[in-house]
Amino acid sequence: MEEMAQDQDWIEGNAVIQDPTGLHARPAVKLTKLAKTFASAIEIRANGMGEWTNAKSPNAVMKLKAAHGVPLHIRAAGEDARAAVDALVALVDRDFND
Amino acid sequence: MTDPSGEVFKGLGVSGGIVIGRIHVLQETKATTRTFTSAAEETRLLHEAIAAAKAQIEALIASEDELAGEILEFQLALLEDDDFLAPVGLAIAAGTPADRAWAMALDGEIAQYRSGGSDVLAARSADLADLKARLLHLLQGTGAASVDPPAGAILVAHELTPSAFLGLDWSRMGGAVMLGGSPTSHVAILARARGAALVVGLAADLDAIADGAPAILDAAQGTLTVSPAAAALASAERRIAAAKQEAAISADLIRRPARTARGQAVKILINIDEPGQLDALSPDICDGVGLTRTEFLFKGGHQPGEEEQLAFYTRLIEWAGGRPVTIRTLDAGGDKPIPGVTIDGEANPFLGVRGLRLSLARPEIFRIQLRALSRAGCLGPLKVMVPMVTTPAELATARGMMDAEIAALKLAGVACSVPPMGMMVEVPAAALMAESFDADFYSIGSNDLIQYTLACARDNAALAPLADPLNPAILELIERTVAAGKRHGQEVSLCGDMASTPAHIGPLLSAGLRVLSCAPAQIGPVKLAVSRYEGGGHG
Repeated sequence: MEEMAQDQDWIEGNAVIQDPTGLHARPAVKLTKLAKTFASAIEIRANGMGEWTNAKSPNAVMKLKAAHGVPLHIRAAGEDARAAVDALVALVDRDFND
Repeated sequence: MTDPSGEVFKGLGVSGGIVIGRIHVLQETKATTRTFTSAAEETRLLHEAIAAAKAQIEALIASEDELAGEILEFQLALLEDDDFLAPVGLAIAAGTPADRAWAMALDGEIAQYRSGGSDVLAARSADLADLKARLLHLLQGTGAASVDPPAGAILVAHELTPSAFLGLDWSRMGGAVMLGGSPTSHVAILARARGAALVVGLAADLDAIADGAPAILDAAQGTLTVSPAAAALASAERRIAAAKQEAAISADLIRRPARTARGQAVKILINIDEPGQLDALSPDICDGVGLTRTEFLFKGGHQPGEEEQLAFYTRLIEWAGGRPVTIRTLDAGGDKPIPGVTIDGEANPFLGVRGLRLSLARPEIFRIQLRALSRAGCLGPLKVMVPMVTTPAELATARGMMDAEIAALKLAGVACSVPPMGMMVEVPAAALMAESFDADFYSIGSNDLIQYTLACARDNAALAPLADPLNPAILELIERTVAAGKRHGQEVSLCGDMASTPAHIGPLLSAGLRVLSCAPAQIGPVKLAVSRYEGGGHG
């Protein structure tokens, strides 16, 4: 996965978590569900916090422990990468439709 | 000392009142039992169990309310998480039976969730335990993870999983007791939403609690009395009957403006601790928000930015729909340390750099909050309240800082307004001299006022009998504050625990208070106590 990632062109985007309790279970599920609708590999990470993680895994997203107000970095690689990043950034920006 | 009325176990009351019923001990999921067949067969069984679990959870989601649905959606999503399931498949390929492979993977994840240093994540570990148990039941052919206690039973378990909780018919259940658990867990949230009697963290050994024994569960006190004596049972029965009657009356009063027996209007405001409360509350039950605690924004040492704070203040003002909203500036220190913000190593933090003292010592943090509050001020009737004020000079400094931030915002063309700035009256010196403060309103913080006036630390249970809120010295200080407010033409309210305690409402009204801010759950009982107050003039 890592080696593959190096060769790919990642498209990146940023958004800030609005929900006061942070990225908890419900938003995590919404984010991964949306991510799974894209063919591209999609990864996220919370600002300055370690490794990129699979945005299609609710378990991994939950374990990010991304708090409220934390900038979330999203990147995707694949044919629908641009659309994926745009859609996920929009989801976070509109506070997961809440 | 042996209690004559049966053995009493102590825990933490989460929700609900007093219940009499028989103990039903919920046994743990059995250890893993399968013997390995072949990797293909174990994998097939696993997938079959996952499919069955998904169907069970989907059926539960369909039959439950929205809150329950949110909780179960996460479990459902985990069963569709390839990364999450991958280690189970690997363990099976290496010769581990499906049930053990599943249990091992889940135990690993549960440990990670619990040790992650995040309350939100730790609370989710119960979902994983839930999912673990459900799959194990399916893999071992023991059917659904269902518990079927007799009607009116008091369920006792190590840890009750959210789906076990949801699987119970709470209209026929007595209550539940968990040896583990926390008041912030999913099950606690669900229990509160249903008004189910729940006690968590019971200090007891599961083996020491006899299955089928009669018991009294007192969720208000956080106690479980096993095999109670006749006198204790009779007393519990009387309390249940009285509580039923009171509940019916207060439910009737909850959406109506509070009036005393003589028809005087009393404003009942609510205290808000965190944004999650807003979803479950209708603003119609109150006359506004009398105290918003902003400490949650700083949880774990996180320092919220101006926009983040503004987002919450905006949400609160929108929720209140035109009713006044009082937001208290950060009240850290004392018993509320915040890493990186409060000062460590104070010998006596309750008498230390806390409340406004801390805000003035950390102006860079205070300014951000004042800016966010000034910006929120143009969205609705917002009032800013500063805690732990001792002298008029401190309040004047805070006001000066807010004026400076407002001037800077205006210069930058950012919309803002000058919200009224009031003070909490919790230091005896401030109560005695209330009139000498340039405050736009006063709000009495009775908890600290009691601790400082009676010299009884709030966290010292040994002093609880001495720390009597109705001590004449406390009532005298409240009366003085009310009188100062009258002379200034400024509103005086009280937002401490006294305002949430029905037995204290009469004395507070007698002291001249006509604005009280209480815990949302206490609105009904408080309005009932107001309606029974016979003193004061006609309305």
